[in-house]
Amino acid sequence: MTGNATIDTLRLTAEGAKDMLERKEISGAELFAAYADAIGERDDELHCYLHTCDDPGGDGLPIAVKDVIGTKGIPTTAGSKILEGYVPVYDATVVERLKSHGLRILGKTNTDEFAMGSSTENSAFGPSHNPWDPSRVPGGSGGGSAAAVSAGLAPWALGSDTGGSIKQPSALCGNVGLRPTYGTVSRYGVVAFASSLDQVGPVAKNVRDCAYLYSILAGRDPRDSTTVELPQPVELPSAEDVKGLRIGVPKELNEAEGIEPGVAAAVRAAIGKLEELGAEVGECSLPLSVEYGMPCYYLIAPAEASSNLARYDGVRYGFRAEAEERLEMYERTRDEGFGDEPKRRIMVGTYALSAGYYDAFYGQAQKVRTVIKREHDALFETFDALVSPTSPTVAFALGARTADPIAMYLSDLLTIPSCMAGLPGLNIPCGLSEGLPVGLQLVGPQFGEAVLFRIGHVLEQALGFDVVPERLR
Amino acid sequence: MAEVDREQLLKVAHLARLELREDEVERLGQQLNDILAAVSKVSELDLADVPATSHPLEVVNVWDEDEPRDCLPVDEALANAPEREGSFFKVPPGGAQ
Amino acid sequence: MSDWELVCGLEVHCHLKTRTKMFCRCALEYGAGENTHTCPVCLAHPGALPVPNGRAIEMTILLGLALDCEIAEHAVFARKNYFYPDLPKGYQISQYENPLGGPGKFAVPTADGDREIGIVRAHLEEDAAKTVHAGGATGRSVGADYSLVDFNRGGTPLLEIVSAPDLRSADEAMWFLRLLRQTIAELGVSDAEMEKGTLRADVNVSVRRRGEEGYRPRWEIKNMNSFTFIGRAIEAAFRQQVEAHEAGEELVQSTYDYDPDTDRLTVHRSKEEADDYRYFPEPDLVPVEPPAELVERLRGQILERPADRIRRLADQLGFAAAAELVTTGNEPKAEALAAEGVEWMAAAAIAMNRGDFLLENAAALAKVVQANVTREALDEAFSAAADGAIDADTYLAQTALGDESELAPIIDAVLAANPEQVETYRGGKEGVLGFLVGQVMRETGGKADPKVVNRLLVERLRS
Repeated sequence: MTGNATIDTLRLTAEGAKDMLERKEISGAELFAAYADAIGERDDELHCYLHTCDDPGGDGLPIAVKDVIGTKGIPTTAGSKILEGYVPVYDATVVERLKSHGLRILGKTNTDEFAMGSSTENSAFGPSHNPWDPSRVPGGSGGGSAAAVSAGLAPWALGSDTGGSIKQPSALCGNVGLRPTYGTVSRYGVVAFASSLDQVGPVAKNVRDCAYLYSILAGRDPRDSTTVELPQPVELPSAEDVKGLRIGVPKELNEAEGIEPGVAAAVRAAIGKLEELGAEVGECSLPLSVEYGMPCYYLIAPAEASSNLARYDGVRYGFRAEAEERLEMYERTRDEGFGDEPKRRIMVGTYALSAGYYDAFYGQAQKVRTVIKREHDALFETFDALVSPTSPTVAFALGARTADPIAMYLSDLLTIPSCMAGLPGLNIPCGLSEGLPVGLQLVGPQFGEAVLFRIGHVLEQALGFDVVPERLR
Repeated sequence: MAEVDREQLLKVAHLARLELREDEVERLGQQLNDILAAVSKVSELDLADVPATSHPLEVVNVWDEDEPRDCLPVDEALANAPEREGSFFKVPPGGAQ
Repeated sequence: MSDWELVCGLEVHCHLKTRTKMFCRCALEYGAGENTHTCPVCLAHPGALPVPNGRAIEMTILLGLALDCEIAEHAVFARKNYFYPDLPKGYQISQYENPLGGPGKFAVPTADGDREIGIVRAHLEEDAAKTVHAGGATGRSVGADYSLVDFNRGGTPLLEIVSAPDLRSADEAMWFLRLLRQTIAELGVSDAEMEKGTLRADVNVSVRRRGEEGYRPRWEIKNMNSFTFIGRAIEAAFRQQVEAHEAGEELVQSTYDYDPDTDRLTVHRSKEEADDYRYFPEPDLVPVEPPAELVERLRGQILERPADRIRRLADQLGFAAAAELVTTGNEPKAEALAAEGVEWMAAAAIAMNRGDFLLENAAALAKVVQANVTREALDEAFSAAADGAIDADTYLAQTALGDESELAPIIDAVLAANPEQVETYRGGKEGVLGFLVGQVMRETGGKADPKVVNRLLVERLRS
């Protein structure tokens, strides 16, 4: 391994790097270079990055940013050919916040096109690879960020989550990812997929880093009307136990069809650990949320997406197809510029909103959403957090699900319900199955990140999961 | 739930300004029907008395004061334009809509 | 034709007079260089998000109150989805099922009493940008070589007022629009000028037989920006539709263009079928629930509306004069003159007939009017008062000739010179008096006091 011997990017956490910088054990330049070197070494194989940046100087912590997040002067593609060459003229608010804390952008990570997917195989620029087993997917849509963090190509990263796009890749790559409470992190400057579901969140090696990054991002943004102030400031978890915390195990999430036995076992063991650590664990039920969560999501998200993606028309930026006449230009630009998954979702969404179908599809889905929210709210009267596997399976092979869109959608079965309710969810790695990471999902009430961090931190310490992929140790 | 036929498919594609190639009509059409069949499960539930949720957070009355902020310099506004003429964005002429 | 009834409604759009756009804080500036007033939001860059203009929301509520609309307790913005180069997001943020202003009414005063025109709704939305079609012969979209887009105007706050189809004649529609326009302008929410494009109207016209219930298919005539053409277009629509119905033709709801040269409506070429706008609640914006104290504060800002003032003044001046005084915007001048002692009816008449004087000259003019100056002096005074400040003293010196002893010989001379008119007058046709007064005025070079001349002539003629 080349590079500075004292910087082990595979192990180094953001907090650790911060300490080293403060103790002057390393310089800012050395730190950045260590990641650049690691990227040079491993990214040809893993393809986490679509674009890498030069060191802008200073000694801020380096960070990778998912390529749906707008970065001024740095190409932003959203994983799509229709934005190839597009260079934003403004920073997303979350990027402004990173910069105001001195963080330095290592590069833009790969994503399923327009954040639509569960494997990065929908990226127009090729998939990313799971650092635990490169023949497998890293998850999606934020597979690039998750793989980068686990492969030591970034200490931490920004991802975005609509139906599980932070949590599921973190599960498949074995690291920590937070989908925040809807409305606590600004979407201004983030390429919109589904406006009432999208949230930017942190991807990190441990819960403390995750909480720290969340504290940098969170809080009301006047440029995003759907954001609110946090009721409490974010604190880094330091708890030693989870005594007295009540943790619910929803039957429908934990016994859903399609959950691999190895995944179920690892999660059960982790839940047992929580009990040992003092939590009160109890069975509970989300009667309709899991069964109807997927159809609800796959109506609302595509409907909003069909509208959000209408601006990609070749007029003001991005790709424009050759055409003599305007209608031709629109239709060819969009047909050539969009891949299959955005096209599918645009068409589903357009159909769901169209005259005569609105009530049965979109309108009905909005009501199902209310049901899902109410079911979760009811559980949070009794429980402080809910637990389940994040992904029904461990990382699957590249190509295994690309022929069947619905099979791919099922990757999000367990993450979707809490997303519909706007609730926060944290993935922490809880074990291995067949040598691949298993993720545990903790779902909290609105603004319940603190309890998630606490439980996650305590469990993480107790489990001692090694986040460095075995083959890279 | 009735299937979306070719004519409806092309109508939806037109509403979305997607010019589907013949192979796409075939493939995407089938996939669209599979997805619609799966999502139409929502209609199994009787939710006549349930209100719709448009926003996960119950927030109202968010607006700005009517105070101007800096605009983009013209060259930045046009920086990513596929085609421009002077300070205008240029697009092909419209024929039939 | 007379057993057919016109059924007409208007959809009026006006640009709100805010400093910034509806969903971003780019400044609004008429005539600025292309694309100099844009930002990621109004250019619809990836990731951009709208934030409403609070002042525009207030203005909408204000106008809604002035139209007696129910102000919504829960108003929602909605996306109206369609594709056009001047619509960068591929959707317009507007309002659909929950507009800020609900049903209201606008009672239009007429000589025969009020005509109540229903208001269906008043809602808030953003305007599209501007597309210029270049090359090609006609400057229109079809046949152009290419189009150029300027996004400066895109995002301007637009208030849409929809009337019920209660208008029953072209004149009524124009009168309604005129009063509505003035109401809007007086509230200060918009300049509402058709020539400048800050007011546009879409006209919806259908016909039915008198006594018939329900509505027949209507024609939509969009983006009219001239009062006169609106009136003519409505009349043309009425004629053409009646003809068509009487010929047994099947009418279909469509959009039409009005050609003033031929005075006919033709189907708008590019629309084959109605667009499916796929409205849904705007997820990037939260609902508006106008606080009661805001609504009451705004209600308190509404002064007596033009229609109300016409009604009030009609008692004294008669409907026609009251209407003219109020709609020509010359009431303040009448009031200023009256405040300086001019008798109200005379003040109103002066404001209507000679209303282009500067308001600051009201006191001076009042003095001149009430003095016994010559007609010439009066004309000079008003003429000068239109351009700059005047001094009453300049004119007060020119008193009219009212001395009876000086006038008597002139009057006698005129009567002697016009024996036929004298006969006519004495024969009962008193209208000829005006001619005789005119003759005396001519003889005195306009300096005689017409009131005195009138009186003396009548005395002589009757004696």
